[in-house]
Amino acid sequence: MTSGLLFALVGIALFGLGAAGVLLIGHLLRRILAFNLMGSGAFLVLVGLAQRNDVPDPVPQAMVLTGIVVAVAATALALALARRLQALTGRLDLPEDDDA
Amino acid sequence: MKRLAIIAAVLAFAAATGAAMLDLAPAAIDLRTPAAAHLAQSGVSHPVTAVLLNYRAYDTLLEIAVLLLALLAILAVAGTPAAAPPQASDPVVQTLARLVAPLAVVVAVYLLWAGAFRPGGAFQAGAVLAAAAVLLHLAGLLRGWGFPPLRLRLGLAAGFAVFLTVAAVLAMRGALLEYPPDTAGMLILLIESGLTFSLGLILAGLFLCLAHEDETS
Amino acid sequence: MPEPAFDPLVWLILLPLAWATLAFVLGPGRGAWLAIPGLAAQVWLAIVLAAKVGAGGTAATHAAGGWGAPLGIDLAADGLSAAMLLLVQAVALLLALYARAYFKPGDAAGHYFWPLTGFLVAGLNALFLSADLFNLYVTLELVGLAAVALVASGGQAPQVAAALRYLFATLIGSGAYLLGVALIYGAYGTVSIATLMPLVDGDAPHLVWIAAGLMLVGLMLKTALFPFHYWLPPAHGGAPAPVSALLSALVVKASFYLILRLWLGPLQALLPAFAWLAAALGATAIFWGSWQAIRAVKLKRLIAYSTVAQLGYLFLIFPLLTVSQALQAGLMQVFAHGFAKAGMFVAAGVIIKASGHDTVAGLSGAVGRLPVTMFAFGLAGMTLMGLPPSAGFLAKWLLIDAALGQGYWFIAVVALAGGLLAAVYVFRVLRQAFLLAPEDYAVAAVPPALEWSAFALAAASVLLGFFALPLTELLNVG
Repeated sequence: MTSGLLFALVGIALFGLGAAGVLLIGHLLRRILAFNLMGSGAFLVLVGLAQRNDVPDPVPQAMVLTGIVVAVAATALALALARRLQALTGRLDLPEDDDA
Repeated sequence: MKRLAIIAAVLAFAAATGAAMLDLAPAAIDLRTPAAAHLAQSGVSHPVTAVLLNYRAYDTLLEIAVLLLALLAILAVAGTPAAAPPQASDPVVQTLARLVAPLAVVVAVYLLWAGAFRPGGAFQAGAVLAAAAVLLHLAGLLRGWGFPPLRLRLGLAAGFAVFLTVAAVLAMRGALLEYPPDTAGMLILLIESGLTFSLGLILAGLFLCLAHEDETS
Repeated sequence: MPEPAFDPLVWLILLPLAWATLAFVLGPGRGAWLAIPGLAAQVWLAIVLAAKVGAGGTAATHAAGGWGAPLGIDLAADGLSAAMLLLVQAVALLLALYARAYFKPGDAAGHYFWPLTGFLVAGLNALFLSADLFNLYVTLELVGLAAVALVASGGQAPQVAAALRYLFATLIGSGAYLLGVALIYGAYGTVSIATLMPLVDGDAPHLVWIAAGLMLVGLMLKTALFPFHYWLPPAHGGAPAPVSALLSALVVKASFYLILRLWLGPLQALLPAFAWLAAALGATAIFWGSWQAIRAVKLKRLIAYSTVAQLGYLFLIFPLLTVSQALQAGLMQVFAHGFAKAGMFVAAGVIIKASGHDTVAGLSGAVGRLPVTMFAFGLAGMTLMGLPPSAGFLAKWLLIDAALGQGYWFIAVVALAGGLLAAVYVFRVLRQAFLLAPEDYAVAAVPPALEWSAFALAAASVLLGFFALPLTELLNVG
């Protein structure tokens, strides 16, 4: 097993952990952290699979750079929304949706 | 019960994907060869920068749009923030921040320049600049931002505007973001400089526009 | 090779990015006078592109950066893309005219509407034109973040909570999609759709099957297919009317288009395995969404649940895709629902603004006071129910024709039942509106632009039935 493949396998594990976190955790900040974990897992898969051979492939590495920026943007928006929700309701978890 | 189901599903997924990954054949297409082959015409000599700013420059254009959009979104959802007065802080921290900030600017300029031939480039440089701004804020030397005034908005949009203008001009002459090989290096440097400046501001803004509420409470 | 020709493809992406950035620089509340001419120019560009694609008989392509796939990114516009682009520009322009009259100066929700909408439209255009899986991920994020920001901007706690719920759903969706793209790159070494098409066949490695499943689940989450629809009713029901219209009419269709694109494109060898699952979920969506719409108390919630139900129709076509009518049915449904739902939300916005009530029960007397608006609502309802000669009728007709042609009569039954259920909730609203108004019913004056844009959208959904032929011919290209 090359090191690249090992990175990719760890990436899958991280993605799974992150996904379970986003789905199961109620606290908003931890959910945002779990989402970042998911993203990092996907990036690690990209980078790991790029290094399977001797000379690394530059295209997935550039894709990961783009992905990191997009993830930062999404995290910033999520944090702003969580902040605002806390300012309005005082709580850091999503209220139940009243089905009207 | 639902928790168990989700955890079981995630474990099954991870195991299946891991197993599938272990017996993966080599890929049909290898992009390293064309990436290296066209490197001479791309205007830079580092393959990742070439991919980011030449071969797949259109992705980078959209990605900056996403970042600008995120800042815009933060302003849109934040209610009506007011710029908070900077909090007083430890004088040792402040002195350190005052020393580090100009150094960060130097490092950022170096990273921008070095991106052409080793790991570096606009994003890394912009991130260092933003980190310097955040450090100054945490040391109490820089206020949190309220709603950005016109000059700041111009600065935030400038990098993306430069990129868009270059894209539009090139689109009228040929394909979208198709650099003529002799001026490719210069165009890439121009775009990256604009991006460094704006990215520093945007990334700093992502933090500083949210920073006001702590101080007022 | 430089061809100094004017390519509408590229300008459909660059133009909205430009006016969105300018609108941002201009500041809060401004930008309407940039957006409306910009969108009008984009409508013209979309027509030019559709004409070019229709006349040429093949897809229009554009290699970004001049490199060409698989090293560079390809943009491509076949009949399906050109049609979706027409829909987006037309609906967005009408909604922009509506929004300009809807948001009073100083209304917090309207401060950032223009630049956010600009980025949203740019993202949608980029999505319909992209032929590169990773580029599609970036466009999905652009659209998703813009949509979330539009839902939350200027809102109170319910809108912010709805926006957060939407954001998490859309992020899980894009995250799954991204992992799928990563696995496909690992398997094949490219993310270009055109290059992948000959490479993926029935005995693809297991990793590719898992990647296909991931991408499908991620996109279904973004399209709010049952059971992933939980985020849609609060988000679309709670946002301001122009935002709800944009989201229901256009944004959810973008991820559906992507599922279609993958299905008909690189993953076509793999996805028939999922076809019946998609159809079953679609049927459940129709019944569950309609049931919730019949029970809904608030008007905009009712319309949002109607979206959940109508999106189910789109997934009924997947087992039938061997026949060309199925794709035509899907596209007709996208167009019909796009115009009709936008018209409905716009009409609801007018009613809520005028009367101050946002419940169905508070609609009594609306017909007398807001006749144009209620007529628009009725026309839109006609399309959703599938009454001739509307485009909704044509969509259902094509679907039932395709289903019966292949012997799947139960799909036809589901489609008809869905139409009946839609009639129940549409008539629920209309009946309430025809009741006599209570004594103290006061209606604020509404600018005519608001009422007439509702009418324009709803009428478009009905009249589209007459213009279906050129649209379906466009679909045959590429």
